[in-house]
Amino acid sequence: MDNQKRTDHMQYMEGMEVINSDIMDKVISEMNSYDYSIYTEQDVKKALLKDNISPDDFKALLSPAALPLLEDIAQRAKLETRKHFGNSVYMFTPLYIANYCENYCIYCGFNCHNKIKRAILDADQIRAEMKTIAETGLQEVLILTGESRSKSDVRYIGEACKIASEYFKVVGLEVYPMNSDEYAYLHKCGADFVTVFQETYNSDKYETLHLAGHKRIFPYRFNAQERAIMGGIRGVGFAALLGLDDFRKDAFATGYHAYLIQRKYPHAEIAFSCPRLRPIINNDKINPKDVHERQLLQIICAYRIFMPFASITISSRENANFRDNIIQIAATKTSAGVDVGIGAHSGEQKGDEQFEIDDARSVKEMYDMIKSKGMQPVMSDYIYV
Amino acid sequence: MVRINGKEETAAGISLADYLKNNNYNPESIVIELNGEILNRNGYASVVLQENDVVEILMFMGGG
Amino acid sequence: MKDDKFILGGHEFTSRFILGSGKYSLNLIKAAVENAGAEIITLALRRAATGNVENILDYIPKGVTLLPNTSGARNADEAIRIARIARAAGCGDFVKVEVIADSKYLLPDNYETCKATEILAKEGFVVMPYMYPDLYAARDLVNAGAACVMPLAAPIGTNKGLCTREFIRILVEEIDLPVIVDAGIGKPSQACEAMELGAAAVMANTAIATAGDITAMAEAFKHAIIAGRQAYLAGMGRVLDDRAAASSPLTGFLHD
Repeated sequence: MDNQKRTDHMQYMEGMEVINSDIMDKVISEMNSYDYSIYTEQDVKKALLKDNISPDDFKALLSPAALPLLEDIAQRAKLETRKHFGNSVYMFTPLYIANYCENYCIYCGFNCHNKIKRAILDADQIRAEMKTIAETGLQEVLILTGESRSKSDVRYIGEACKIASEYFKVVGLEVYPMNSDEYAYLHKCGADFVTVFQETYNSDKYETLHLAGHKRIFPYRFNAQERAIMGGIRGVGFAALLGLDDFRKDAFATGYHAYLIQRKYPHAEIAFSCPRLRPIINNDKINPKDVHERQLLQIICAYRIFMPFASITISSRENANFRDNIIQIAATKTSAGVDVGIGAHSGEQKGDEQFEIDDARSVKEMYDMIKSKGMQPVMSDYIYV
Repeated sequence: MVRINGKEETAAGISLADYLKNNNYNPESIVIELNGEILNRNGYASVVLQENDVVEILMFMGGG
Repeated sequence: MKDDKFILGGHEFTSRFILGSGKYSLNLIKAAVENAGAEIITLALRRAATGNVENILDYIPKGVTLLPNTSGARNADEAIRIARIARAAGCGDFVKVEVIADSKYLLPDNYETCKATEILAKEGFVVMPYMYPDLYAARDLVNAGAACVMPLAAPIGTNKGLCTREFIRILVEEIDLPVIVDAGIGKPSQACEAMELGAAAVMANTAIATAGDITAMAEAFKHAIIAGRQAYLAGMGRVLDDRAAASSPLTGFLHD
């Protein structure tokens, strides 16, 4: 796409709600001033000995100086996880109900220029999918769509939430950002958790990756969690797609974003996801900012130590070995029985998937694995009020 | 009767300034509330106490 | 330390010691204020005595900020009334809101305190509410327009020290206003501990008023508060605890 046609990504489009919040400015300025090269092992050790981790300690934990201390960091993270979650590991599955998308995000399989098989499930098909998933014993579902306001509008998502409430105790959403009154409507339909990935907090980089569509508007996406809380949603999830840009800065911004939201809305439940762009083997020298397993572990542990009470989800993009271990250290939620195609749980796949997963284990297999590690699988511990 | 700092006194008809003088109050260090209204310090002479008025004469003292 | 200013309601202070003026004779106040290095002193409003009574204001050195409290108030309305009278008496805009409706333990009523704070803040007072260290109440006070929060360390006058330590620590972490520890501080070491914890200032009265040598104790508090503040700013070190005990390694599983 040529440069002239690209719109101003910082300018709200018509119909997008503007809220009174200074959180974005705070996050961006703090992230821009974050120079991770100044931190030393001493700073990291000091942070690990503190009861209460400040944003500056969080910066130290995410710095390269922390990598040699990864074992100590993991030990502290494990301690915090046990303190706040005991041995619990929550289980859920994502359910893709549509893959139409109006955005042009160059790294995403759903992008509107990608020639894939598109589909949108109708109410009966959604019901069939949910029924099949519920029969595996899961009680939490995460509803996903591509980001198309015209194909999968708010009412459509609301109907999916209503059906989900019949089969599940916990209904989460990972759909396009919307206005607070729309979140309020979806809350009424049964949804109580909203996750929005910012992808990268570097708005210049963001602009080059999201060439068109609603998603292009950086601040509207940034403030989605706050609008969701204003709409009465109980919990909000944060993530950067690690590896898109400088992952240390993005991880810091993700944590600090969540931190400021929690301070402003102390009742909101906070969750992190930790998706990464996988590095290509043996290209360390080409891209020193690649997120290898060591760095991913460092980030997840830093989230845990900085916000010990937050839920951390580990994606099925990661391999079984990593997932089996991270749930014993810092992650508290794991997907199981994942199928990211459209309609594939209960019948033939009707639409193509967004990305390839690594860990395709069934709910039963994940359940047994969690048990075998001495942990307690939990299907839900929540009440919709 | 006029109620002054909780005590009934026969002070109706006299000016507040005179009352303070007669009773040895130091007008510099006190503040006065008449029927719930805080009075201007310079206006004591023009206030004549009425029957059933409630007067609080207050001052600062040590306290945590 | 040099540039470490204590900002309260837009005013700047160097000292972090707020001195109470109750329970001791007026002729010691000046020396106590000077030895304590205090820049803020509390006062109470009471019914005036007749005759040639001494005026406490004559004993307070110039330049010291007067902080009238609303002691004696049993609800929000009474606290508001006392605050307004104090301001009319020429005491400035500072007020310590203190609402106590329990004569046995003298614990503050957070709910009434919050109501009074909201109204007084709107009237332009620099409101310093005395409170029981409850996080929700502290947040309500922030929203009501308080200039700081003043959680108690222990019941007034008990000299029991930081009984509420963990809850004050939570306020220090969560509340963006100055947290001033008030009531119950019995010894300089306890004042120091409160400052190490991150309190913005400490207020004390009984501990000094009941000391063998009032002015010497005022000075001891001054040093303790400075020491605690310095320790807080320096970043506390820590003796290794059980976290250092090695358990089985967690990172051996990493692949790439």
